Amino acid sequence: MENKNETPLKKVCLICAKGSIEDVYATLVMGNGAVMEGIETKIFFTFFGLDAITKKQMKKLHTSTLGNPAMRMPGGLPFPSILGMLPGVEAGVSAMMKKQMEALDMPPVDEFLDMITAGGGEIYACKLAVEMFKLKKEDFNENVKDIITIGDFYGMCGGENTQVIFT
Amino acid sequence: MATKTIAGISVDVSGEGYMNDPSQWTKEIATEIAKEEGIDLTEKHFELISWIRTKVMSGEALTIRGIGKSGIVDIKEFYQLFPGAPLKKATKISGVPKPASCI
Repeated sequence: MENKNETPLKKVCLICAKGSIEDVYATLVMGNGAVMEGIETKIFFTFFGLDAITKKQMKKLHTSTLGNPAMRMPGGLPFPSILGMLPGVEAGVSAMMKKQMEALDMPPVDEFLDMITAGGGEIYACKLAVEMFKLKKEDFNENVKDIITIGDFYGMCGGENTQVIFT
Repeated sequence: MATKTIAGISVDVSGEGYMNDPSQWTKEIATEIAKEEGIDLTEKHFELISWIRTKVMSGEALTIRGIGKSGIVDIKEFYQLFPGAPLKKATKISGVPKPASCI
């Protein structure tokens, strides 16, 4: 695995634009993973991704039971789309996913944000999306450092061995 | 498997310098590895090292979150004690194998 020509990653900039459990957790796991490795980490939440850092919504993330061909019943049988349409099914599936993640020591979203900032990672909200959803600074979790434009965010993504990742 | 002499003792280490046999570990070895990582060990470090060794030797998986709940340090203090990559550095100094943890 060691390649003498490679130099280590120094900075990871993640952009999360979606608000489903799996999209948000992909961002959080990758962000926290980078912090754990001592890599400078910045995360920009935009559009529906803002749910992950909004106090009112962050504990209520769902996974979609519609239009998701990878969705299976417990035991591996296909999940009929018509089931996904029924009231309560999405909530039930989402609760089950959260339970399974907790069993793997994956924290709830607010605690995950605490972990990332405790290690020096930075969390930002997209100004345009914040205005679009009519949100204010006080609507966000205390780990959100600032509300900034995408230009400001790119301004932080400079430097050698930096990667911008859209999840 | 490679061997390396640390603090005058010959120990089995992995390619990345993690000790393969936690029972070969001594406090002197910890101090020596810590020095290589640029860390001066304090009482607090040793308290956490001992907690890590107990967990690993009882077969439990280590996570940053778990360490935050150890009652010894919170996550912020953990990053301060072992700056950079805390879980990797702490396990290396604790004489246990490299953790296979994503969180």
